[in-house]
This record gives sequence, structure tokens and C-alpha cells, in this order.
Amino acid sequence: MAGLMSDFGCYTHAIVRAIPASLAKEALRSSHAEVDLAKARREHELYTEVLRTTLGLEVVELPADESLPDCVFVEDAAVVCGDTALITRPGAESRRRETEAMSKALKDLNLNIVEMTDENATLDGGDVLFTGREFFVGLSKRTNQRGAEILADAFKDYAVSTVPVLEGLHLKSFCSMGGPGLIVIGAGESAQKTLKIMQQMSDHRYDKLTVADDFGANCIYMNLPNKGHVLLHHTAEQYPQSVKVFEKLKDHMLIPVCNMQKVKVDGALTCCSVLINKKANV
Amino acid sequence: MTTESGAASEAKQPQENKETEKGKAKAAAEPTSPQNQSEQLPAATGHSTPARKDQEQQEGDQVSHRSSTSRLSRSPLKGVKKTKIMECKVSLLDGSDFTLNVEKRAKGQVLFDKICDHLNLLEKDYYGITCRDVENQKNWLDPSKELKKQIRTGPWNFAFNVKFYPPDPSQLTEDITRYYLCQQLRDDVVSGRLPCSFATHTVLGSYTVQSELGDYDPEELGSDYISELRFAPNQTKELEEKVMELHKTYKGMTPAEAEMHFLENAKKLSMYGVDLHHAKLVGSLYECLAPAEGEDSEGVEIMLGVCSSGLLIYRDRLRINRFAWPKILKISYKRNNFYIKIRPGEFEQFESTIGFKLPNHRAAKRLWKVCVEHHTFFRLISPECQPKKFLSLGSKFRYSGRTQAQTRRASSMIIRPAPLFERSTSKRYNMSLSLDGAPIMENHETLMKDSAADGAAKIITKGDIITTVTTEKKAEEEKAEQDDAQTDAVETQEPTATTPLRHDTKTDSEQTDFAFDGDMTATESEADDDSEMRTQDTSPPEEMVKHQTSISELKRSFLETGESTPGMTEWEKRLSSSPARSPKAEEAPMIEPLELQDTKDEQPAGEKPSKEVEPKATEAAGYLVKYVVDSITTDLASSSGPHGISLSTTMDDDVFMDGTLREVDEVSERAETKVSPGAVRQEVFQAITDKKGTLIILKEADDKVDAEGKETSAAGEEKEPVIPEEAEAEEIEMLSTSKEIEYINEDTSVVVEAKTTARKMQSPKMEIKTDDMTQIKGTDSPKKAMASWIPEVVKTEASEVISVATKEVKQTKASDAMQQEEEIFTFEEVQTELPKSSPSQITVSGSSATSLEVSTLGWVSCSEKGPAEPEEKMAVATETEAAPAESTGPTGLDVVEVGTKEAPVVHTETKTTTYESAEADTNGDVDPGVLLSAQTITSETTSTTTTTHITKTVKGGISETRIEKRIVITGDTDIDHDQALAQAIKEAKEQHPDMSVTKVVVHKETEITPEEGED
Repeated sequence: MAGLMSDFGCYTHAIVRAIPASLAKEALRSSHAEVDLAKARREHELYTEVLRTTLGLEVVELPADESLPDCVFVEDAAVVCGDTALITRPGAESRRRETEAMSKALKDLNLNIVEMTDENATLDGGDVLFTGREFFVGLSKRTNQRGAEILADAFKDYAVSTVPVLEGLHLKSFCSMGGPGLIVIGAGESAQKTLKIMQQMSDHRYDKLTVADDFGANCIYMNLPNKGHVLLHHTAEQYPQSVKVFEKLKDHMLIPVCNMQKVKVDGALTCCSVLINKKANV
Repeated sequence: MTTESGAASEAKQPQENKETEKGKAKAAAEPTSPQNQSEQLPAATGHSTPARKDQEQQEGDQVSHRSSTSRLSRSPLKGVKKTKIMECKVSLLDGSDFTLNVEKRAKGQVLFDKICDHLNLLEKDYYGITCRDVENQKNWLDPSKELKKQIRTGPWNFAFNVKFYPPDPSQLTEDITRYYLCQQLRDDVVSGRLPCSFATHTVLGSYTVQSELGDYDPEELGSDYISELRFAPNQTKELEEKVMELHKTYKGMTPAEAEMHFLENAKKLSMYGVDLHHAKLVGSLYECLAPAEGEDSEGVEIMLGVCSSGLLIYRDRLRINRFAWPKILKISYKRNNFYIKIRPGEFEQFESTIGFKLPNHRAAKRLWKVCVEHHTFFRLISPECQPKKFLSLGSKFRYSGRTQAQTRRASSMIIRPAPLFERSTSKRYNMSLSLDGAPIMENHETLMKDSAADGAAKIITKGDIITTVTTEKKAEEEKAEQDDAQTDAVETQEPTATTPLRHDTKTDSEQTDFAFDGDMTATESEADDDSEMRTQDTSPPEEMVKHQTSISELKRSFLETGESTPGMTEWEKRLSSSPARSPKAEEAPMIEPLELQDTKDEQPAGEKPSKEVEPKATEAAGYLVKYVVDSITTDLASSSGPHGISLSTTMDDDVFMDGTLREVDEVSERAETKVSPGAVRQEVFQAITDKKGTLIILKEADDKVDAEGKETSAAGEEKEPVIPEEAEAEEIEMLSTSKEIEYINEDTSVVVEAKTTARKMQSPKMEIKTDDMTQIKGTDSPKKAMASWIPEVVKTEASEVISVATKEVKQTKASDAMQQEEEIFTFEEVQTELPKSSPSQITVSGSSATSLEVSTLGWVSCSEKGPAEPEEKMAVATETEAAPAESTGPTGLDVVEVGTKEAPVVHTETKTTTYESAEADTNGDVDPGVLLSAQTITSETTSTTTTTHITKTVKGGISETRIEKRIVITGDTDIDHDQALAQAIKEAKEQHPDMSVTKVVVHKETEITPEEGED
């Protein structure tokens, strides 16, 4: 029986992209931290390995493009839900071309591609939180109203609500889904405020898991056959307080993933992959 | 609604006959033609609605004019008058047209009932009739109003549509109901009103195909069978292929199953059941909105979406804000502006009003009405009573149908075998189905036959439904009042207060529903409930009779009593059986019956009590008694033990509730907690529904929920400042009343325990009240004391009527104190010794000596006052203050006669207005007081009937005399009722200079077209 909007967290494929050498110096960042390229690459390999080996996803790895220093953060280039992929128009000028490779990869996976062609629209995938029942789009430095509208048009089944991103780069810089109906949220004031707005805007009810570190709230939830609830989160080394909270999720398979280097260029865990559920496609 | 009871039915008969012949000639096996029966059912239904009451009243009036012939039976020919018959063309959901004739004067309900009969639809409360206005906008027909008044111009063309989209269609009782819902949704999808993705189009389409065509069968269907069907606004070959692919996988799926799947998918769509209205923002965007950069939100084009959960605000396809019903304090419109007043919350300290500009006045009013209806249907247990102020301008519109809670309840009692019906294919869109009714009719007949088998039983069932509903109304009213009170309280409260409730919140709506149903079921199964039902059952016929009786008769019956004796007995038994109550039971019996009747018969009556009650917010140390209204509360309380019923008022911030996310920290505990709360809520809800009682909202911090404990205390404090809302200048109505259900739900966590207890106890609510009345003072704990007290308080405050009634009841059998309220003007003079009230606070000192100060709120506030009102109010208020609390028992029987013109007026509309002096409302004493005496005097003149109830009570050493006068003025349309009212008030004042007028309730039945109603 066909059913819609089920299978939240079910994925079969992941798209990742290698780290270009230009990341170390040229990638956009909100701090002035120095990135150790080698370590970053090592981290990324581990990340990819988790997806591929530990979780058994089919990983499509796109080659790095030196002219796109931020290209490792593939999440921003596309929003995939069900069998539809929206190719975004990233808010940062320098990142616009990241979508080309992404678009091609998604086409190869037989997804329905929707391109965001409106010149006035900007949208970073990092600002899009899909809860399984609806979308929240953070209006941030990178994402505007028009971008959100186009997203709403691409995913007509779902309510798309806009929420302000008062602090941090993206909406998902301080929140993410930790399970069906479970929002992981940072303890920061603006994060909490945004969460409250989300609550108000939603017809659905969510649980929240508050973690001490805003950035620590970014994690990847999956619901995989034979594995159940899986949560990729930052390591205790990075966010000890937050990890303690994650450890209370008894039903989840917790997989700490080191992300020390990419954080320096505002890269969170979700940023580095686009997850796809091909089974959902008829 | 029920146009059919009494007089209306007469007129109807001829038509029915015609129709019967026409459509159902074949059926005819049953003497009791299906039609008749079906008519009855709706009629019954109608009883539940205010509209119906109006009618009843109307009828009553008519009768009186007619010299009171008793019309117990519907004499088929009696009503034959030359009536104009209009042909109506109704576009049904399958695209076919259904043509039928109705009287020109018929009300919307008549047409609606006929259509539903034709469709064999019993769960019809989700549906409605639309007609296009001059601007080609769809407007919902008001069932309680005449068709001719709603169709200004043009042919009588209508459309039958889903009005309230059930959030969980699986909870509909009958497949046929879902079938029509599917048809509506298909149209919504194909027309683009319900946007969905390609994938969804394929899924929905495939279920549609399975439902309409059955299993995939290439030989029979051919290869292109699908292109004849419409699935999407822009249907592509690709879509059709996908649909076919899916269709192939459904072999063996029944149509009903396919429809269920269809609905399960459709209901998840974000725009499911959202009624969109174009508007522009006025002023700046709501604070928490995220405006686009550098944009002035003023004048931005938006869409307002009304749905079951609240009001959604869209900008293009983006949701930019959402206001859940609990978050909305008031909805109003003025000219072409639409306003919502928002409860303070996380983001704002004070309540704020947001304005929207609609294209025109009609659009604003249309939106407002839809909001009122949705709010009532989905959030309230029973519809609100008529607007309270009629002197003021503004719409008196209210949703008069059944609420979702009521309709669910009613439909749970549907006992017919699942009707067979032919699913018309959407490809046959253009074929007329007008005669397709045949198969349906057959089913119908079958149904009828069954019923015929135990015809009486069936009727009873209907009666039950009705009764129940009616009862619920009371509850509603009370609730509404409570809501008001709560609302006020809420306002006061801190938004932030995190309540335990949040945890509860998690429950899905679906779950909730379940719980709900479960409760209902459970309830019904319970002996008590049944008994209630029966009692009520019995009564309905009586009601009918009463309607037919002349007013004077009504009054007598009121005095004497009547029917409900059996019910009484049962109640009494129950009471006696329950140890706690037994003491009170003795006294109680009287009370209960009254309430019952009230519930049943008269809204007006119900209103009064409830309203009066509402205002009171009691605070006792730590305990909040929000409002004790009637039976419901009582029930809960009683069963659980007084304390058991505590609803936490605090919970108000539904929004938060909804929105609240649970902390995961608590995860371990969650499962348990969540479940229980959810369940609990439901139960409570149900209980309330069933019993109709009002809620007593007590907050006990300590007892119930640990978590709440904090809140409670806080809440208590916060709540104290329950300030009556001031009527707003704006002319339009307010929804302030409404939030009850929500509260209830919220409260649930607390309540749960109580409820459980209650269930076990199964003691009737009525009893509880009785107890209260009785003044049970033996309380173990303060809490209990509170509980017991509270009810008392309520009663006391609520209406002298009640108290009076009680006494008399004993003697008489208590038939209906309430019934009397049919009168046009009700006057209550109350002399109370008010310890000058600190509004809203009830102080409980010691269990025994409890002085509760109850402040009356809101209802006054709720009602917007027209120009005229303010004055009166002021006057009243003044008097109140002036009036010395002490009052000795000047019991004067005053008959106020208001001279009226004699011409009989049939009122089509009933307006109820209540004026209360804000201060006066407060009945300071918690003490139930000892009832010294009560008497009722009735006098009549040609045009006026006055009933005076005098109650003397001693409370805490202070004697209080309350005089309630009900004055019925019958007269020409030209009578200046306002003047009459003023006169009556004046006279009353003169007669009792030492007393103060604390409340004035005006019921006004107006017939715009004199001929109506009568002939």
C-alpha cells in the first residue's frame, strides 16, 4: 500500500563531496580559525565511512572542485524529500556553482529535479529542517522568503513555515531532528526562541531535546532497517555536555562523529551529506 | 435544524409526502415512511441546537396565540397553508444535481436534512450547504435561518459540501460518510484547492480508481480506463501511468478500504481542511513573524486559513504564522477588517490585536463566521448559546449545529447496518443522479425497518441523542463561561509557566480522538450514563409536548413539574447509593432534575446559570476554583471526591501546550507519562461531554500533579486577577467564550485521576450539584471542602433560579426551572449580601467556614455592549454597589407587568442578552447558605407573563433574598422591547428599592417576517 510521508529517517543513498584544498584558506567562515586540511580530510573520510560501512548506505562521492572551497557542504545545494529534489540557489555567491554537480548526481538517481531559477531567491539547504511532517525554513543570511516560497512549491504536500534565524549561520546550526517528532535544539537563547516559534507555527507536536551547545544540536537521524534509530552526533571531545544528553536516548544507536575541523568553517554534521531514500520512489 | 418539531413539522408534512411519493414510492413498505423517521432524527438533532430552541420558543408562542391547542401529534394536514414552494437545485459532491422542492419559508435546515436524506447520510454535521452570492463567493447557509433570506437573488442553486473536515476521518462511524468526504477531497484536489505533489496525486488517484472501479482488470477496463478519471489539476500521461501501476497492486481492496487509505493520505496534506481567505495585513506583522528583509509588512497580501486547529496565515504558500484556537481570545470584524485578539504568550507580554483587511465587508463577515463555526465545532463541546447582548449592534450569529464532540457522540449511537450505496464514478460527473437515490433509499428503508422493529427504541435513541446534546449544550455554555473566566485568568497568567501539561501534549490528535471515543464508549456502557440517557430519552417527547404547550402551560409545568420524575428517581437512587452523596442526595434530587431540564429544554435558562457562574473565579489558598458550573463539574467532583476534579486553569496556554516540546531529559519517564496524560485528557473530555456538566476547575497544586504543583501555586495567584473583559467598542461578536475544551484538555493531566475516580463512582453529576446545594460540609481535607463548596458557590451565584427551583422541585418534582426561560425578558433581582467582592478570589478559610468570593467576569465583558447597554450596565453596577450587602429578606413577590401591545408576535430569532453588574455578580459567599424559603409566583396578563422566584438564603449569618423575575412580553413587532425592558427594570427597582439588580437576561425572539412561524 502506498503511503506518503512515512519512512521518516529512512535512507538508502547519500551524496557527499570531497574536500578541496581551497577549503583551508578560502572557505567561508564566521570565525578566523585555521583549518588543518589533512585532519579535515581525515574527518571527512571517517564520516563517509560511517555512512557507507557502518550504516550501509550507498554513497555517491562527488569529486572536489578547487574553485568551490565550500563544496564539501553538499547539504546546501539540494533539498531532497521523497522523490523530489530541489536544487537550491545558495545564498553565498561563491557557492552557486556547487549545485551543478549535485543536480547531475540527483538526476542520476532518478529523482524529480526542481531547479530554483528565480534570481531573487536564495536558499541554503542548511536552513531547511524537515521534520517528517512539515518543513521549517530559516530566514537567514543565506535564505530568503522567495527561496522558501519556491521550496514550498516544490513540496506541496507539506506545510512550509518560515522561522527567523537570529543567530548562527543556518537554521540547522542549532537544531536538527533527533528522531520522529524529536527536535534537538541548542540551549542558546535565540535557538530557544526559534524553537518556540516553530512550535507556534506547527500543527504537530514535537518533543525537544535540549543540548548545551547550539552547534552540538546538529546531528543526523536515520531509521535504518536492522539498525533502528541511528543518531550521528558530535563527539564528546567536542561537546561533552551535549553528548551526555544524547546518551539518554536509549533507543538510538549513537555514533559519535568527529567534526573538529569542519566546524571551523561552519560545517556541521548534516552539512556534509544529502540523504536520499530511493525506496520511497515508486 | 429542526424545523420539524411542532409547527414546523406541520408545514413540512405535505412536502414530505410529495417527496415520498416521488422518490420513494417503491420503498413504501413502511407505514412509517423513511422520510418521517428521518425527519424525526434531524429534528431531534435540531433540538440540540440553539436554533431549534428558537423554534421551540417560536412554536410556543404560536401555540399560545392559537389558544393552546395541544398538538401532541403532528397532524399532517393541519399545517396545510398555501405556501410557496421553491425548486432548489443542489450540486452534490459527485457532480450531479439534485433537485427538490422546499417551502419558500423553509429554513436552511430543512433543505439540508432533505439532502442528507437523499444521500442517506447520518453523520451530517461535517457537511453543509453553500450558495453563491452576488460576487460568486461561496457562503454557508445558516441552517437556522430561512432560505429566502439567505438567497437574495437568483435561482435557488446550492451545493452540498464538506464544511468541517474531520482531522481523523477514520473516526467517522460510517463508510458512507467517508465516501462523501472522499468525493469532496477529490474535488478539492482536482480543483487545486488542495495542493499536493505528484507522488500524492498518484497515490490518491490510485485509491480513487480502486474505490470506483474495483480491482485492476485490463480485460474489463481496457488499457485507457484511467484517462477518463480526473486526479489532478494538470493531469499527465505520466501521472495516469503511475496511478495504474499502483492500482494494479490493490487487488482485493474494497472500496471502503480504498477510501480509508485515500483519506489517511489526504488528511496529512498541509492544506487539508483549510479554508483560505484573501486578506492584507494591517499594521506590522506579528512580532514573531519573520518578515522578509527590508520589507514593510503593511499591506502585504496574505491568505488566512481557517482550519480545525486554528487560524493559519500564509504568504503565498508559506506559512508565516499560526494561531491555534486557544491562542485566540477574540475574533471580530468591523467593516472590511477582521481582527484577532491574541493571548499573551511567549513572545508578548500583553494581549495584542492583529488586524487584517479583507476585500470587503462581506468577506470579513464570511471569514468571521467561518472562524466562529470552526472554533465551535472543533473546540467546544457544545455550541455557544446565542450572543448575549442583543441590544448592541453586531451579529448574533453563532454556530448552532452540533460540535464535533457531539456529532461523534451521536454517531456512535448509529445502529443501522452499514448502508449499501453505489459509488458513482467520477467520470460520470455530468450524469444526473437525481434518481439514483433509489438504491440509497432502499438502504434507507432497511434502516428504517430495523428501527421500525423497535421503533420506540429508535426514537428513544434519537431522543437520546438530542437530549444528550442538549445537555451538553449546557455544558458548553458553562464551559464557555469558564472559558471566559479562564481566558481572563489566562491573560493574567504568565505565558511562560511551563506546565506539566506539555508533557501531555505529545499525544497525537489521533490518539486523542481515540481516547475520546473510547471514553464515550465506556461512558455509554456505564450504567449511569445509560440511565442518564434514558432519562433524557424520556424527556424528549415531553419536550416536544411542551413546545406545543402554551407558554402559560409551560410555566405551570415549570412550577409543578413534570416529566423527569423517572430521571429524578434514578438520580436519587444513585445519589443515595453513593455514600458521600447520600446525605445530600435528599436535597439533591430537586436540583438535578432542574439541571437536566435546563439542559434539555432551554438554552436561555442554561445561559443564565452558566453565565452567572462563569464569572466567578475562586481562589482558595492554592486552589483555584475557576468556575463551577454545573453538572459536569459536579460529576467529576462528586465521583472522585470533591477534590478529584481539579482542572488546572493554568494550562491555558494551549499554544504552548501544543507547541511545547517535551524535554527529552525526561525521556525515560515519558512513555508512561505521555500516554496517561493523553488518555486522561480524553477521558476528561469525554466525561465532560457526557455529563455536560460544567467544569469545576480547581487547581490543586499539591495533590495531583507534581509538576503542576509549581504551576498551581503560581497559577492560583495569577488567576486571581480575573478581570472581566470589558466589552469592546467594536460591534462584533467575540469568541471569548470558547476556549473551554482546550482547557479541559489541558487540565487533563490533573484531572485524570479525578476522572478515573469519577468513572468508578459513576455518580451522576447532578448529584454532585445537589450535594453542593446541600452544603456538605464534612470535608476531610480543605480540598474536599473546596470542592463541595465550589459547586455550592456556583449554584448560589448562578442563579437564584436554581435554588428556588430546588426547593420547589421537591414539592413539585422539579420539572424545569429552566424551561421558563422561554420568556422574553428575564429579570433577576438579587439581593445579595456581597461582601463586596474582591473579584475573583475565593478565600477558603477553614474547611467549615469557607467564604468564597467569587468574582463574576466575563460575561458581561464578553458581550459587547451596544450604546444602550452601557448605560444600563452602568446603572446596574451602580446599584449593586449601592445595594447594601445585607439584605434581609425582603421577599416581595413582584410581579412586574410590562404593558405590551397585544399583537402576537412570532419571533424567529431569539436573542439573549444578559446584563450583569460586574460587581454584583460576585456573590461573595462561598457558603452554600441555608435555603430558608423559596417561592415562585406566576401572574399573567394578556401580553405579559411574569414569574417571580424568591429565594431566601442564609449564608454565614447573613440572609440573602434573591428575586428572580421572568417576564414574558408578547407583543407586536413594533413594541419597543428595549423600552419595555427598561420599564421592567425600573419597576423592579421601584418595587424593591432596597434591592439591587444584579443581572438582567433578555431573551428576545423576533420575527422579522410576522407571517413566518405562524402561517
